[in-house]
Amino acid sequence: MTSTRTTGDLRAPRPESTGRRIRRAAGYVFSARETGIAVALVLIVIVATARNPTFLFSSDGYRDLLLTPSILVLVAVGQAIVIITRNVDLSVGSVLGLTAYLTGRLFVDVPGIPIIAVFLAGIVFGGFLGLINGALVAFAKVPALVITLGTLYIYRGINVGWTGSDRINASDLPLDFRDLGTGQIASIPILTIIAVVVLVAAAWYMRNLRSGRELYAIGSDPAAANLYGLPVTHRVITAFMVCGALSGLAGVLFAARYGTVSSQAGTGWELQAIGAAVIGGVAISGGVGTLWGAAIGAVLLLTINRALPILGIQDFWQRAVVGALIIGAIVLDRVLALRQIQRLAEAKDETR
Amino acid sequence: MSAVTAAKPLLRLFRVVKSFGAVVALRSGSLDLHRGSIHALIGENGAGKSTLVKIIAGLYRRDAGDIRLDGREVDFGSTAESKASGIAVIYQEPTLFPDLSVTENIFMGRHPRGRLGRIDRRAMREEASEIFARLGVTINLDRPTQGLSIADQQLIEIAKAISLDAQVLIMDEPTAALSGVEVERLFAVARSLRDEGRALLFISHRFDEVFALCDTVTVMRDGSYIATTLISETTVDELVRQMVGRDVAELYPKLEAEIGEELLTVEGLNRAGAFHDISFSVRAGEIVGLAGLVGAGRSEVARAVFGVDGYDSGTVRIDGRPLPSGNPRVAMQRGLALVPEDRRKQGLVLDSSVARNMTLAIRSKLARRGWLTTAAENGAASIWASRLEVKTAYLDVETGTLSGGNQQKVVLGKWLATEPRVLIVDEPTRGIDVGTKAEVHRLLSELAQQGMGILMISSELPEVLGMADRVLVMREGRIAAVFDRADATPESIMHAATHDAEAVR
Repeated sequence: MTSTRTTGDLRAPRPESTGRRIRRAAGYVFSARETGIAVALVLIVIVATARNPTFLFSSDGYRDLLLTPSILVLVAVGQAIVIITRNVDLSVGSVLGLTAYLTGRLFVDVPGIPIIAVFLAGIVFGGFLGLINGALVAFAKVPALVITLGTLYIYRGINVGWTGSDRINASDLPLDFRDLGTGQIASIPILTIIAVVVLVAAAWYMRNLRSGRELYAIGSDPAAANLYGLPVTHRVITAFMVCGALSGLAGVLFAARYGTVSSQAGTGWELQAIGAAVIGGVAISGGVGTLWGAAIGAVLLLTINRALPILGIQDFWQRAVVGALIIGAIVLDRVLALRQIQRLAEAKDETR
Repeated sequence: MSAVTAAKPLLRLFRVVKSFGAVVALRSGSLDLHRGSIHALIGENGAGKSTLVKIIAGLYRRDAGDIRLDGREVDFGSTAESKASGIAVIYQEPTLFPDLSVTENIFMGRHPRGRLGRIDRRAMREEASEIFARLGVTINLDRPTQGLSIADQQLIEIAKAISLDAQVLIMDEPTAALSGVEVERLFAVARSLRDEGRALLFISHRFDEVFALCDTVTVMRDGSYIATTLISETTVDELVRQMVGRDVAELYPKLEAEIGEELLTVEGLNRAGAFHDISFSVRAGEIVGLAGLVGAGRSEVARAVFGVDGYDSGTVRIDGRPLPSGNPRVAMQRGLALVPEDRRKQGLVLDSSVARNMTLAIRSKLARRGWLTTAAENGAASIWASRLEVKTAYLDVETGTLSGGNQQKVVLGKWLATEPRVLIVDEPTRGIDVGTKAEVHRLLSELAQQGMGILMISSELPEVLGMADRVLVMREGRIAAVFDRADATPESIMHAATHDAEAVR
């Protein structure tokens, strides 16, 4: 799965120049897979813009391009962290829905509540829901797929029970808060700035801190992680908590962006987030991929959705195209892995 | 312990005991490791070596006995604790993270850190390249470990131990998968580590390597300590005697059987990366032993013959008629049965009842117009349950709750119910107690007497010697030697299993 990732030469290591180090670092961050989908993204934007220049060159087009994927980027980053540990979190959409409704309720029930407090509440609540997921996965030793499928329904059920036929309307939310969802700083949407800041911080963590690298190790081979004496349980719970907290943040931003929150907010987002991560090169079997990839995957996914109608492709086909992308990404990984195994088997015979 | 050395040992194990349920894996393990010494630990499979290693590594906790590191009593509750005390274990199958770089594998969990706890990649790389330079090895530090040869992976494990500054280094059959040159390289590294004053434990089946590398040797048998001697004061014959030394006849009740016509014929079987030029036959009434080291390709051959896996070229015949490749259903119809190595994963449905499991291979025969009744299942199952003396109160208890020996009887019963003419058994007595072992042996012997052909894969030398009419020895995917019952000795089999083919004629 990683054969595309082998960089550098086979010679003995030697002290390297700063230039080489930067090149190597750049090669790591944007190795083949991330570059590939980034190129695909740029191509789609170019083609769509050539067909219809307003896709990029109108104030709305440019803003939508940045704004639309921002919330999904947050969820996809959280999802990628969990997938890297060889788990999966299906409940992110439900967590997003629940925190989005919580956000609205806080503004309605606590008049004059500071916006920052609402953000904190959303993040902490999301983190708590993630903690439940993580604890169940780590201690019950049941696959995350099953556990989080259960919490997907439970969290959604709580949401439906709490909301009933009620909904949060834009008029319930303070103007300052709604401005966050649509406002810009230096012509960059605020949501995009938040998403990028979170992405940079999370990617830095995954790459540069011990605990971040241990998440990769755990996903790469859980049995070996145990032999190494890595704190596997602790790390897996943390990964789920971070994922929940990011979904919680996304829920707050969802309320700010759309203004209307019903009990069905965020339905189906879990699959979009997984899709974004997989398209972005995060291996579903763990241990491989970057948060950058997942984020670009999220942007690609939503940009395609907007570009296809411009290219004259029917609504029906849009989903099929997304599906083809996901399957294509996985098949590509599998083919590369199989080729690697075959090569190894032959090499083993030759050395005998 | 004999007075091999007067100095105080760095690591001392004394009468360490470990059991898993009813099975005692380690009866009384004792071992003294000294600084600046390479100590060999030898014994048959199942002698308790691996259990001993896992206790030192902190994977298992001992039930009783004494472990002292540098004179202090220790009891490791996790691998992290053992590691922190300066003990590094290199397992037979290296345990690396395939997706991470060579450098990261060495430092995982202990990365050098700079400001903000940021991993100092430059320091990490420099230390790694320093270690490899010291080992005299060139490895691309940035490539993922996936795809590296076992030899290179072992060097990474050693680099890990050095970066830990481990004082005790345990190598569990590190040479099993290495070529001659790679073994030499490993030995050079091991000697230089010894000269730095570290204590090394070397577990191996290959006597030539033990004599070439080690200075002291400890022999284990049936989970117990037998003897520790200086290498200079012992011989291969002496060590083999200590390893095997028991009454073979009693455990292996071999009955006289009339050997008939060829039932199973295998010719020129090949699969890239697994086995090559495998030809042999099994005749009626004959027990053919398939010996060799773990990883020699024995199970792969058995699976290919039965049709679970495919093969690239060659033929398998039953009664002279070719058997299609990769089709276990046809193999079963033609009278072939395979009792797999891993009974819990491959032999049984653990959540299902004993009766269900025993009738699993004959369901279509038992069904009446597609309907399967519990009565029919229980009827068929009870025949074999009583013949094999499966010790269970009811046939509907969950199979997973039975002891290992009884589980093995259920698997045997399942396949015997198909009335096979050729039975392939892969490690039929692994992990079961001595009493049940003898029962399984008696059963196999009786089946052969009734005219069944049996191919028995076993890593236990006494079992092969005690049961087999003919012994095939596999080494690195090829049949290295064939012995008749009269010619087979522990030495000859071990020799063939471990030496280059030329040396064995």
